[in-house]
Amino acid sequence: MYILGIETSCDETGVAIYHSQRGLVHHLLYSQIEMHSEYGGVVPELASRDHIRKLIPLIKQLLHESKLTKIDITVIAYTAGPGLMGALLVGAATAQSLAFAWQIPAVAVHHMEGHLLAPMLEENPPEFPFVALLISGGHTLLVKVESIGNYELLGESLDDAAGEAFDKTAKLLGLNYPGGVKLSELAKSGQVRFRFPRPMTDRPGLDFSFSGLKTFALNTFQKCEKTDQDKADIALAFQNAVAETLAIKCRRALQQTDLKTLVVAGGVSANTQIRTTLMAMIEKENGQIFFPRPEFCTDNGAMIAYAGYQRFLMGETQRLEIFARPRWAMSEL
Amino acid sequence: MKLLALDTSTEACSAALFIDGEIRQRFEITPKAHTKLLLPMIESLLAEAELKLSQLDALAFGCGPGSFTGLRIATGVVQGLAFGADLPIVPVSTLAALAQNRLPELAFVATDARIGEIFWGVYQRNTDGFMELVGKEAVLPVEQIEFPAQSALGMGSGWRVYKDELLLKTEGFVTQIESDILPQSSTIAELGVYGFQRGLGVAAEFAQPIYLRDKVAQTEIKRAQIRLKRENG
Repeated sequence: MYILGIETSCDETGVAIYHSQRGLVHHLLYSQIEMHSEYGGVVPELASRDHIRKLIPLIKQLLHESKLTKIDITVIAYTAGPGLMGALLVGAATAQSLAFAWQIPAVAVHHMEGHLLAPMLEENPPEFPFVALLISGGHTLLVKVESIGNYELLGESLDDAAGEAFDKTAKLLGLNYPGGVKLSELAKSGQVRFRFPRPMTDRPGLDFSFSGLKTFALNTFQKCEKTDQDKADIALAFQNAVAETLAIKCRRALQQTDLKTLVVAGGVSANTQIRTTLMAMIEKENGQIFFPRPEFCTDNGAMIAYAGYQRFLMGETQRLEIFARPRWAMSEL
Repeated sequence: MKLLALDTSTEACSAALFIDGEIRQRFEITPKAHTKLLLPMIESLLAEAELKLSQLDALAFGCGPGSFTGLRIATGVVQGLAFGADLPIVPVSTLAALAQNRLPELAFVATDARIGEIFWGVYQRNTDGFMELVGKEAVLPVEQIEFPAQSALGMGSGWRVYKDELLLKTEGFVTQIESDILPQSSTIAELGVYGFQRGLGVAAEFAQPIYLRDKVAQTEIKRAQIRLKRENG
């Protein structure tokens, strides 16, 4: 059976088709980043307007390029939350009415569960149980995953999400939106010169706090001459601090749960230095680590199609309602 | 001719089925429940008429102006239905739908657009008995409206919110007002059928909301310019 996945929770329109035996068939992504960069951040109303222009054409293109027709699709999965309300509604309204027209079931998917399961799309997927680190612009979560739908929150960010901290720090170094990626680029030419704190690692627990790092970066920046090298050095110190903090907390989470497998997903998991640091930690711990391929770290339709398929197998379908839930804790799943 | 129409542009949520001249409608005033009500309304209308979506000739929807989110709910649904069942869509102005409810010779339609503005449209009844736009629809402050110097019916929520300003501005041409009227799918269906017969149906992805207000945020450059202006007095 073929599952159509639809993702419109933020600033990317993603669609994909997953096949129950063959795996991922095809996926397409339209990113609005360029449009929002003129505004210095995501403008929710503009994001919604763009989703409704792009979604049907993308689905058409997806079916065409997959050499499939409408009658081949058995289930439609869509992101119902968390995310921007207006943006979610576009995907939900379209998905539900399309499912109604095709007389097939629709499945409402939790966006973070989509991210969490993204590594399952790879050839060598992780096996349950595992610890998952979800790091994106909106979330920083450590979750113990027993099986699909069986999640225990181990820790989360008490203030800024990891990606948010990257973007905010980038902004104060004068980098335009989306600054997080530019900051990592800049860090490549940085030299080890500053040492930033590793927040909340000196006490027990698995929660994070990244807003202090941003302030530390600002103070450091104001004390130096603000040359390009200064900026690069600060970017490196900041990135190192985030990467090491994540590694320390992940190691703790694995020890606490007595597990050996770590799954890392979400937009920030595409960051090379974070990947390298986590891989080095896992090697020392004799554990295993799994990442999605970089294109499935950011928002995409493939992970939604996959998560929707798993939920469908568990007997879940969404009744005839445009279901969108902008705030939706994973623990409620 | 069979056509399904829907509208979620205001606090009202409605769907209507036009079957060879007869119209059945579901209509509820429910500011927060459009997402729950719209699809079941459509389902029950079709079931009652023992029709499948694919047996329809076309779809119509209130494309705006109205609540941005509401417009996108209707657009998303109508696009999904149209793409799913290979049907054309006739976008219908919500201001035209308001006027079509009463069919006056001339209507000055004004709905509240917030932040001191109204959505404005002048509609005239044509010889076929349908309301037709005179000039252009616009979003603007009351002071900037344009209208023909003829007596007209004032329609829409704008005539409640900006009653005194609008009466003053329209210089005695408006003697009657209907400000509590909301767009309905039944009249969207009528206008939809009329539009369909004149070849105004489009494919799913071309049915888009008409927001009228297109500037919803300021670019960083614009913000910087405003800041500079303010600093330089």
